[in-house]
Amino acid sequence: MTDSMLSAELASKASQAKEELDAHVRETVQWHFNPETGSPFWLKKAETLDFDPLKEVNCFEDVKKFPLFEDDWLRGGPVERWIPKGLEGKPTYVFETGGTTGVPKSRVVVDDFRIDYEMFSHTLPDEYFPKGSNWLMLGPSGPRRLRLAVEHLCQYRGGICFCVDLDPRWVVKLIKKGWMEHLEAYKQHVIDQAMTILGANHDIKCMFTTPKLLENLAEALEKKGSSIPDSGITGIFSGGTEFTPQWTRFCIEEYFGGPAEESGVYMTPTYGNTLMGLACSRPVTEEEDFTIAYYAPQPRAVVEVVDPDSHKDVVDYGDTGRAKLYTFTKEVFIPGFLERDEGERELPYEKYPWDGISGVRPFSKLAGGTTVGVY
Amino acid sequence: MFHIPALRWGKPYKSLEKQEIVHFATGEPIAEVSQANGGLLGRDIRKSFKAREALRKIPISDLIEMMKKAGDLYLNATLPIGEAEQTPEDFVKQQSATTGLPEHLCKGNMTKNHFVLHNMDKILDALTRGLDLNILSRGFGREDRGVTVSYQAQTNALGMVLPSNSPGVHTLWLPVIPLQIGLIIKPGSQEIWTPFRMAEAFFAAGIPREAISIYPGKTDMGAAVMTHCDRSMIFGGTNTIEKYKGDPRIQVHGPGFSKIILGEDEVDNWEQYLDMMVDSVYLNSGRGCINCSGIWAPRHTKEIAAAIAERIGPIEVKPPSDPDAALAAFTVPGAAEAIWGMLEKDMEQEGVTHMTESYGTRFIEEERYGYLRPVVAHCDSPEAAIASKEFMFPFVSVVECPQDQMIERMGYTLVCSAITNDTQFQSNLISATNIDRLNLGPIPTIKLDWLQPHEGNIIDFLFRARAFQMPEEKLTAAMA
Repeated sequence: MTDSMLSAELASKASQAKEELDAHVRETVQWHFNPETGSPFWLKKAETLDFDPLKEVNCFEDVKKFPLFEDDWLRGGPVERWIPKGLEGKPTYVFETGGTTGVPKSRVVVDDFRIDYEMFSHTLPDEYFPKGSNWLMLGPSGPRRLRLAVEHLCQYRGGICFCVDLDPRWVVKLIKKGWMEHLEAYKQHVIDQAMTILGANHDIKCMFTTPKLLENLAEALEKKGSSIPDSGITGIFSGGTEFTPQWTRFCIEEYFGGPAEESGVYMTPTYGNTLMGLACSRPVTEEEDFTIAYYAPQPRAVVEVVDPDSHKDVVDYGDTGRAKLYTFTKEVFIPGFLERDEGERELPYEKYPWDGISGVRPFSKLAGGTTVGVY
Repeated sequence: MFHIPALRWGKPYKSLEKQEIVHFATGEPIAEVSQANGGLLGRDIRKSFKAREALRKIPISDLIEMMKKAGDLYLNATLPIGEAEQTPEDFVKQQSATTGLPEHLCKGNMTKNHFVLHNMDKILDALTRGLDLNILSRGFGREDRGVTVSYQAQTNALGMVLPSNSPGVHTLWLPVIPLQIGLIIKPGSQEIWTPFRMAEAFFAAGIPREAISIYPGKTDMGAAVMTHCDRSMIFGGTNTIEKYKGDPRIQVHGPGFSKIILGEDEVDNWEQYLDMMVDSVYLNSGRGCINCSGIWAPRHTKEIAAAIAERIGPIEVKPPSDPDAALAAFTVPGAAEAIWGMLEKDMEQEGVTHMTESYGTRFIEEERYGYLRPVVAHCDSPEAAIASKEFMFPFVSVVECPQDQMIERMGYTLVCSAITNDTQFQSNLISATNIDRLNLGPIPTIKLDWLQPHEGNIIDFLFRARAFQMPEEKLTAAMA
């Protein structure tokens, strides 16, 4: 598989997208390394670099001159070191990731989560995610970006978001301690909350959830003689690395009762994290064996599939590699971060004319030490 | 290479996720197996009542006859295996190829399973203590001694999470179907062969397809079995036991730490028992939980260890097709090396002597697999870490320990063969709760009496005795 397989039109779009990415990268680097606008972290970091980002980073490829971003840098305070001077004084959120034991990783955010989810909103089909409808956020609560982002997405689309309490750190602790009975009870506690909301006449039509919780919710509904379609939910936005084609097929065929046009339930898988934002998937179809391919919201973020032993080199299309993420917004600059996932490099797609990643799963060389998909 | 779909209450289900299983030595693909996701069981479990309903339509006596027929088919017939067919010879070669077990041992396991199926009537009679099996079917009845009894099935289907590397465990679940309880099996990734062949033999013998589900899959599938089934059995290591112990819904089968102990009164005659000790350690490749991993005696331990080492130390690795092959391969890359590393460390401890050292290299490493040749360690006291170890190859530690400390210090023991005529010691052994199967006399630990329960009686696990009353005339009429 090579990019020569692209149609002339798609190749042209891909080329244009590349130009836009290069321009966006130049602009972002100028912002983050300008003493007037950049963050204390990056301005200090620049002093240790053997090149001048302001002069020598002129396109996306030039970003690879930076050392890899290490997520451990995000641990601890003062978090103000991450706030670009150009954004000083604006209301700022701090979102956390990890933190089951020790100091969590923090990311400061002003508007990025709103921008990312508003962009994502425009990819959702109104037929299944009706404007003005209410949402259920069946995902993590607490200091998580996702919690506020989903609520904003719902509000942006004119609805009201109902949330549950779910502490993923406690879930990780239960797994690590092997307290399976408690884990089951906690899962049930979360699902009970969702069932209560769905049964309380809130006219909920859309939902964010993870594959695991979706499965648990569907089981709980079916035990009560109901189902996902019967509950009134028509649009599901879901995320998690455990989104396999087999699971997706199972979910569509058995929990929804068929593809969206038959069952009336549409599910869109997504991939992302607190650092990058949200990568959308191209439509998941039986014809493509329910393959799930994600595309980052370029030019604000990029996903590459790279050689695990040589992260500056992308693998060939169709080949397996490690996910490498980049983020280029005014709030955050991530010049390449090796994610704990692997997958296959995907060709550009009509709606997203840049590289994607499919078959995302925990990076095999790290899989044993990672607790994944906990909620 | 052929495809093996999952079975959802007897119906084939081809997953989008498949795992290739390969020959352990050559890497040659043998089959592609559909990998089920846990959610499938989450849905299917709601239909488990249909499995029991379908089985209850058939009298237990008829099911027992079907088991006999199924046993013959399993042993001799060409049966479907996924999208292909399988002769008994194919089965032996395929099972050996993926598990690393010598072919003649695979054949031996077939004979063992056949024996159990053919003697199901006697086995159920023994396990139920002579209960009229219609009482289990009906749920209540009156025993010959005139007492009204009632037994409630605790589940519609028994969940089984089976191991990858030990084809000897299947006899445990064979009595389930004739007890009119369905089966939900998550086979081991390398030993999918017995569950699928047995299921096909059952179907061909007349067992309703909706009574059996088989879900090959990853660890999440095993977890789903444990979560969704009201009764399940799991096979695993010490960690698995710790994780599930105390859960009345789950019967955990793990390492056996089986032992032979010699009492003060008989230890001087140890040479008479050498054959029995050697057989207990190495037969069936030393892989089973009933293989002996500890021989405890108050004296002569060094001589015992040396004599066993002389017998099993020279055993060589032979190809699985060799009828004299006694050792099974470790098919998981790095497994044999890791175990050997642990053993070497343990044998450095003071008071521990490696008695098989002079019989050549123990760890044999090949590109895709490894072997461990038999190891005998001598421990001059139970303090040594290796005194309480068990490995999946012929391994034994011969431990010197005063008789009055043995029971307390030897820890959990699945099978204990005690060679003693000391009635007080025998009485203490009978009372010891850390011993499961007790053989009083020179009976090899691997010699099972199929009429006796193994790690708990499956009848007690699947059925609960409860009080039941009915007017006399109605009870009599119901039983007519």
